Amino acid sequence: MNSVLITVIQRLLLGLITLFFVSIIIFAMVAMLPGDFTQAVLGQAALEETVQAFRKELGLDQPAVYRYFQWLGAVLQGDFGTSFSGRASSGIDRSRPVLELIEPRLYNTLFLASMTAIVAVPLALYLGITAALHRNGFFDRLINTVTLVSISLPEFLVAYVLMALLAVLWPVFPPISEVRPGADFFDRLYISVLPALTLTMVTIAHMMRMTRAAIINLLASPYVEMARLKGVAQREIIIKHVLPNAWAPIATVIAFNLAYLVIGVVVVETVFTYPGIGRLMVDSVTTRDIPIVQACGLIFAGTYIFLNMSADIIGIVTNPRLLHPR
Amino acid sequence: MSTKNYSATAEVAHVRTRRTWLHRMWLGLKKAPLTAWFGLIVILGYLFCMIFADLIAPHGEAEVFAIPYAPWSEEHRLGTDHLGRDILSRLIFGARNTVGIALLTTLLSFAIGGGLGLVAAINRSWLDQILSRFVDILLAIPSLIFALMLLAVFGSSVLNLIIIIAVLDSTRVFRLTRAVALNVVVMDYVEAARLRGEKLGWIMRREILPNIMPPLVAEFGLRFSFVFLTIAALSFLGLGIQPPTADWGTMVRELSTFINYLNYDLRLGLLAFIPGSAIALLTVAVNFVVDWFLHQTSGLRDEH
Repeated sequence: MNSVLITVIQRLLLGLITLFFVSIIIFAMVAMLPGDFTQAVLGQAALEETVQAFRKELGLDQPAVYRYFQWLGAVLQGDFGTSFSGRASSGIDRSRPVLELIEPRLYNTLFLASMTAIVAVPLALYLGITAALHRNGFFDRLINTVTLVSISLPEFLVAYVLMALLAVLWPVFPPISEVRPGADFFDRLYISVLPALTLTMVTIAHMMRMTRAAIINLLASPYVEMARLKGVAQREIIIKHVLPNAWAPIATVIAFNLAYLVIGVVVVETVFTYPGIGRLMVDSVTTRDIPIVQACGLIFAGTYIFLNMSADIIGIVTNPRLLHPR
Repeated sequence: MSTKNYSATAEVAHVRTRRTWLHRMWLGLKKAPLTAWFGLIVILGYLFCMIFADLIAPHGEAEVFAIPYAPWSEEHRLGTDHLGRDILSRLIFGARNTVGIALLTTLLSFAIGGGLGLVAAINRSWLDQILSRFVDILLAIPSLIFALMLLAVFGSSVLNLIIIIAVLDSTRVFRLTRAVALNVVVMDYVEAARLRGEKLGWIMRREILPNIMPPLVAEFGLRFSFVFLTIAALSFLGLGIQPPTADWGTMVRELSTFINYLNYDLRLGLLAFIPGSAIALLTVAVNFVVDWFLHQTSGLRDEH
């Protein structure tokens, strides 16, 4: 048990170190800004004093290392700085803090993502295991072809096909997922059906194929054959012999695809104009609102790293070989 | 046959006919499954559109006509868009721009990632360590998110797009190249070449590269479809290829407003799906061909 704990702590530390380096990269974005950037934000007619004040606020007059730790400290306290938008060349500052802009959006995106995950993960595992058990059968081949095709489809195409079918030709769901203030839980659920369905279709193919591959890999191992020769029932082989060894690859699969969800929301939220953090990021990239882009990037990257790290840790903890040290 | 003239060497020599690579390719293709044939034909069709876009397209790429939203007619086979540009012509030119840019990006990414991967595998010193750790960190950020952040900093232009995606994608190429090259680097003939005093370039090109070609070619197909989809997604978001250049991702976005009229005019409503399907068809085709190629070269007979 001790060695397991040590490995887990090592993984946690590795994750933290990665996050640290990623934060350096994201911070360095401001330093990489081209020289004419202040004009792009403040407009061509910006006064010299305004430009100077803006540069001072960005801290371009201080050494980079000092600025990095100041930024990091603020971020750790939840302060992502103030948005670039709303600044005018006249010097009147109508910009809002980044956190205020992000918070409601983040909640919406988490709602959408968890709704997708609750449907997609069990379904994909079930389909994957079924396909692996009936390998080369009709069901397996059908699912293989369908998933290969759906992996190749761009997310926005899947989204528009669903929109055309379920919002226009047979209008049961709204084509635009605008969350009104004061909407209750069921309203939100109803609005999020189409984006969640799109994300489910996109992620399920990957997840199902990887689950199938992992299970097939295990079914070919000698101890499964031994159990089979012993006369153990198929159900019991799966539950007692295959699944304990399959948790690690399955956890990897799930984490990988939840991480994929992180990327998927960017496109899907734009298609359905769902007010989530993905659309916020796209809008901010268009207007080059760097503080918001930085905050969104940090949130996305952090989620991604966290998911991958948890998959690693689940793989270690559930590995039966590590639980019994020699 | 008279036994007098019989010569064993002649018979053996006769059996071993040397085939040209074209002939060998044909023999392989004859045995290819239907899906691979389908994929190859589709890819050739796209290449044809790319190269002869000027000749096939009825109108110019950004040529603006008097009537926007024109219906389908002899003059405009698929009508015109919101600015009065011929949709069919833009589709055909879109093949050149979208596919061409994705191809260029993938080539650049293989040049960077493959080259550095080989160098790291051959000279396993601090350079390998630094490159590998750096790649680990870059891979910790999802590439679409990273691309969005970099585009926010540098602004979106075609050149920036190609460089950013190529650099981000080269990390995966680097990993694969390094991993497969590591198995080859320890071979005796590489050691022999090194003792002979061959330079790094020679060892990379003549000793290692031919031996790691099959996985790299398969990876090229997969990476191409990934890059192609990423660029299409970015263009769709309005951050990739910028108008007036015709490209499929942007076209999907521009034409998507018509989907709401699907109930009244089916042809108009389905317009957005034409560039969308063009993107999907190419990725499906590439995946089919890569599947077949992997099957051929690795002897993975049991995967399906």
